[in-house]
Amino acid sequence: MDATDLARWQFAITTVYHFLFVPITIGMSLIVAVFHTAWVRTRNPEWMRLAKFFGKLFLINFALGLVTGIVQEFQFGMNWSDYSRFVGDIFGAPLAIEALLAFFLESTFLGLWIFGWGRLPEKLHAATMWLVHIGTVLSAYFILAANSFMQHPVGYTYNRASGRAELTDFFAVLTNKVQLVTFPHVVLSAYMAGAGVVMGVGLWLMRREAKRAADDAQDVAGTDAPMYRRATRIGAVFALVAAVGVIVSGDVQGKIMTEVQPMKMAAAEALYDSVPAGQGAPFSVLTVGSLDGSHANALIEVPGLLSFLATGDFKGAVRGINDLKAEYAQTYGASGNPRVADVATAFVPNIPTTYWSFRLMIGLGMATVAIALAVLWLTRKGRTPTSRWLAYAAVAAPLLPVFANSFGWIFTEVGRQPWLVFGLMTTANGVSPSVSMGEVITSMVVFTLLYGALAVVEIKLFLHYVRKGAEPFEEPQDPADRDEDAPLVFAY
Amino acid sequence: MDLATFWFIVLGVLWTGYLVLEGFDFGVGMLLPVLGGRRYAADAADAEKRRRVLLNTIGPVWDGNEVWVLTAGGATFAAFPHWYATLFSGFYLPLLLILVALIVRNLGFEYRHKRPEARWKARWDQAIFWGSLVPALLWGVALTNIVRGVPIDANKEYTGNLFTLLNPAGLLGGLVFVALFLTHGAIFVALKTDGKIRLEARQIAERVGVVAAVLAVALLLWIGLTDGKLASWVTTVVAAVALLGGLAANRAGREGWAFIGTAVTIAMAVATYFLVLFPNVMPSTTNPAWSLTVDNASSTDYTLKVMTIVALIFTPIVLIYQGWTYWVFRKRLTVKHIPEDAPLEKVTH
Repeated sequence: MDATDLARWQFAITTVYHFLFVPITIGMSLIVAVFHTAWVRTRNPEWMRLAKFFGKLFLINFALGLVTGIVQEFQFGMNWSDYSRFVGDIFGAPLAIEALLAFFLESTFLGLWIFGWGRLPEKLHAATMWLVHIGTVLSAYFILAANSFMQHPVGYTYNRASGRAELTDFFAVLTNKVQLVTFPHVVLSAYMAGAGVVMGVGLWLMRREAKRAADDAQDVAGTDAPMYRRATRIGAVFALVAAVGVIVSGDVQGKIMTEVQPMKMAAAEALYDSVPAGQGAPFSVLTVGSLDGSHANALIEVPGLLSFLATGDFKGAVRGINDLKAEYAQTYGASGNPRVADVATAFVPNIPTTYWSFRLMIGLGMATVAIALAVLWLTRKGRTPTSRWLAYAAVAAPLLPVFANSFGWIFTEVGRQPWLVFGLMTTANGVSPSVSMGEVITSMVVFTLLYGALAVVEIKLFLHYVRKGAEPFEEPQDPADRDEDAPLVFAY
Repeated sequence: MDLATFWFIVLGVLWTGYLVLEGFDFGVGMLLPVLGGRRYAADAADAEKRRRVLLNTIGPVWDGNEVWVLTAGGATFAAFPHWYATLFSGFYLPLLLILVALIVRNLGFEYRHKRPEARWKARWDQAIFWGSLVPALLWGVALTNIVRGVPIDANKEYTGNLFTLLNPAGLLGGLVFVALFLTHGAIFVALKTDGKIRLEARQIAERVGVVAAVLAVALLLWIGLTDGKLASWVTTVVAAVALLGGLAANRAGREGWAFIGTAVTIAMAVATYFLVLFPNVMPSTTNPAWSLTVDNASSTDYTLKVMTIVALIFTPIVLIYQGWTYWVFRKRLTVKHIPEDAPLEKVTH
């Protein structure tokens, strides 16, 4: 374990943790905005109760996403200063623009949304949450543009004199073909995660209310169960619609990946030997045993599926790790690029990680779809079921898509290794030379302990507010004739 | 003026925006156990209400204020990659402390009122206090060290450690930031509240303000006498006059003018720092030839052009909507505006 490994672990820990909250923020801001707008348009009290209830859960989640995001902005310079020097000309711009366009929008209008009840005109108040949502999506766009440059550098030139990559076409960076397909894939996956939270929480509360009604021999219609049932079904529909987009964009992504980063696709399947055209590479659903290339023990295989994912043709040729390794050694190892000095890594990512994260991403996403379909079926035509299984489904519904998001990122980032910027700079060449091992260990331990403690606090708080359920309806004051001394609502 | 110089000025503006705005919410955070503490509050329930008044004065705006530093960080990365790389990897441990402080502070604001238990609130109050004090102090230490110069080698790498930064000038810089923000924050509380708390905040501003004035003048004279130029002396004088004017206005009960006074003081202090710094961005004490400058640390002209266009279009928009937020929440607050705490709710299964 050297300083590079530690810096990588730290980046992985802080980034994966940060990204647990990000997709929920993106997805839930949209659904809360929809609930709030539905209240303004229909005056049905249920919509306002749902907007406030899910708004509160959203805020608990948003707070952690925000604070862990601050770390992200600083740690490129802290742990990866040589990387920052090398690509700052290109990579810094989207980051700065993200702060200017997205962070100000999110934070300012979220403050207005929280404190705006009875203070802002109603339509304007609902619009603030839409602006928060637009902020989250803009944020995703710029950060993904920066990441896409690392996967597939475009719009730059390498300046030998300064030893830096320099920007030549900013529009090309923003419309990188990897970016154009990654952006919808990630945002729609985030919608699935936000929808998963709404579906899970709604389902749990619907079942609780319906059971209580049954225990007290009351009519379910008189409880909050129908309201939560509505939220559940909306969450399920959002998840399914988003899932269609995730699948379509993921499919296109696979083909672009095969084109620009063939090693990543080979690593996704642990395909060591190239499969020529006309034969069709299979996709293994489950393998046991070694992944080191000596032998493959696939238990369940779907013939031709890998070829289809990679090329759109069930008989398409797919290049394997061994061929690509030789090719990369030829192209990059012998290129004389000083930032590829550590060729000992041999241009192959960690195969078990890529193999399993790729499968978990797809599998957990599919499981989310299955839950959404089951929920819609079980709650059809006014049914409010109380089966014990629904409680498990309610817990799984938010967790599965969030972890699918995590594994997607783990796959795409680990699959890029040993590159930091594909073809230009290896990860080991990007770390900060002036930062000592002790400093990295200190920050890693501090962040890990702090993040761990915060996770406990966050989850407890989240569950506390889920159990409390939606507050009773309160007719909001009209800002025009509000009593000047009225207490602040929804405030600190 | 070339674009690199323009971006040096933009960074000065971003730091000004950050320190003027977050400066007062750091101040309010540090005043939480004072104005909301035993000395001023009648009893525990009163203390709690007073704390909530204090937090509500900055509630809708602190998050937006903080984005200024994220933008400054991003803009440094984009416009001066070498400055970003040297500074952030060099000042590693202070930055780590600042990050941890900001994390617990922000969660303090967000989570404090989410549970009714006194112990829960007391813990987050601690987080808000320390989370405001530590960054105020450390930004002062860090920025003062940048202006005074730090050891940097021929490869643009910082060669010192944490203790290199804890020199007398750096520490004085930290204290000046803390004292200035306390004054600025107390005046902000006076401006945003009414009744007893307003008068008490004014009193605090009066006392701390004198300390801030003495320390700030000492620091600016120190910096000015070693590296000063004509322009930086002008801004130093304006800063001093603004601070004294602000304190006089505070004494006279003119909180609006007092707030403008401390805001101008902070802005002029940042201007002094940047004027002394120019054309360096991070002077090297090891060898002046190894200093990072506006020219040798900057991005290419093309990147700076792209950034300039984006900044010119969107900065006015951001300023308009952030300003509008302050307008929406312009009303003064008193303990009357704080609803009674809901009784401990019964959580049924």
